[in-house]
Amino acid sequence: MTDAERRAVISGIGQSQVGRRLGRDALDLTIDAALAAIADARLTVAEIDGLATYPGGVSDFAGFSGPGSPEVHDALRLSLTWHSGGAEGPGQLQAVVNAVMAVSMGLARHVLVYRTVTESTAQGNGRRSGIGVGSGQVDGSQQWLIPFRAYSAANWLALYAQRHFHEFGTTPEQMAQIALNARRNAALNPPAGFRTPLTLDDYLDSRMVSSPFRLYDCDVPVDGSTALVVSAAEHAAGVDHPVAQVEAVGTALRGRPSWEQWPDLTTMPARTSAAHMWSRSELRPGDVDIAELYDGFSWLTMSWLEALGFCGHGESGPFIEGGTRIALDGELPLNTNGGQLSGGRLHGYGYLHEAVLQLRGEAGARQVAGRPEVAVVSNGGGPISGCMLLTRLA
Amino acid sequence: MKDGDTLPESPQRVLPAIEGPSAFFWTSGADGRLRFLCCSTCSYFVHPPTSYCPNCGGRDVAPRVVGGRGTVYSFTVNHQPWDGSADSYIIGVVEMDEQDGLRLMTNIVDVAPDAMRIGLRVEVVFEDHAPIHLPVFRPVAL
Repeated sequence: MTDAERRAVISGIGQSQVGRRLGRDALDLTIDAALAAIADARLTVAEIDGLATYPGGVSDFAGFSGPGSPEVHDALRLSLTWHSGGAEGPGQLQAVVNAVMAVSMGLARHVLVYRTVTESTAQGNGRRSGIGVGSGQVDGSQQWLIPFRAYSAANWLALYAQRHFHEFGTTPEQMAQIALNARRNAALNPPAGFRTPLTLDDYLDSRMVSSPFRLYDCDVPVDGSTALVVSAAEHAAGVDHPVAQVEAVGTALRGRPSWEQWPDLTTMPARTSAAHMWSRSELRPGDVDIAELYDGFSWLTMSWLEALGFCGHGESGPFIEGGTRIALDGELPLNTNGGQLSGGRLHGYGYLHEAVLQLRGEAGARQVAGRPEVAVVSNGGGPISGCMLLTRLA
Repeated sequence: MKDGDTLPESPQRVLPAIEGPSAFFWTSGADGRLRFLCCSTCSYFVHPPTSYCPNCGGRDVAPRVVGGRGTVYSFTVNHQPWDGSADSYIIGVVEMDEQDGLRLMTNIVDVAPDAMRIGLRVEVVFEDHAPIHLPVFRPVAL
């Protein structure tokens, strides 16, 4: 028990209302999630001494960031010994990793972590806008993307998927399984945004966004806030439900942190994050009971399956073929709440929330049988990359 | 390519700033030639441009003309009207002949989406937004 991770547990989780065009203020949603997580951790607001969020308060992309940590800090009148908010780090999970480090160092004892989005309300009834559209000019890393009308991660990652299809013979029918699996699981998850049945024909008939990505390969903007409390491990004895222990985090980004300069576009920096995570644990892919893997685009989930070693490089297409292996009753239940494709784009934290629910046995109709003990959560695509192994602590 | 062989201006573009170490890249096409930053010590091309050669550690770098030909490493046909324009267009990653991994994201033009394929041989052609000349690529004429 020398690894820093194991000095921290996720003692509580909470989520606000989640949905399309809620028209509610981001801070209001965040307070809902935060109070729920604090109560679930059997704490009071006054006991929270740490605060962390991703990406912190940034205002240049509508509805993306949620409130900055000072807003939440002040609204709840917190008294903090440590706080952090920012976007540069191991994906969206960096806020959780930061919290784990702060707890392990003794800088804080109970860290409230949150991620809030109001992208659906911000989008309104219009279509999703591209990054950089309407700006006078672009500089920094975006100058290599936006002038070529590559306005979206849909474009940047389509280039990865296309190369994967080219080298390994991956097919749309295989990739569809990520979307179809998500929809099947969402049907058992009442808060999920999209629960009507989806067939392979529906998928193949849907409009192309950026080849090979069709509409159903892309996640759906929603409004909602997810919060959790990362506590010193001793606090596990202070709650009356199982808690999730952070077994290991994967924060590595070995290689160029760039969408287009990453050398092998059939892989992502996820490979290095995953290898790093496994290097910090004695658990192996075969020990994982449930996988909650980022599906901002369906191909990302395939790439994470390969990165994490559930199948070999290039083998994710055959691995998910037919969908039985990744179903709730399959050998590797995947994105059990519907992911972001059918559950809504909570930008990484929906997976965390679901993993903890599953480990606690509280996932209702979609609860994976056999009392899952080990869950893996991954976030991000391209140079945005982080992952985490969680275990159930009785 | 020949002088004056440029494409019409496309109104949808958000253009790069032409300040700092990348300015030469965006204005290079004024004479019809594409340039990348190159290490004066070991001749390694450094892209995106920075004043440090990751190959030899050298700090002396300068723009160098390249032949303008390369190979499509990957591509996507975009259909989503992100910028309000309903036309579909091709985004590609092109690897230049001069060096393994010397690549850029760009547009592939003068080719039907159905005819696009990875491995296509392409050459640079500049879209005129003077003083910016945006490097896009078209199939090499056989």
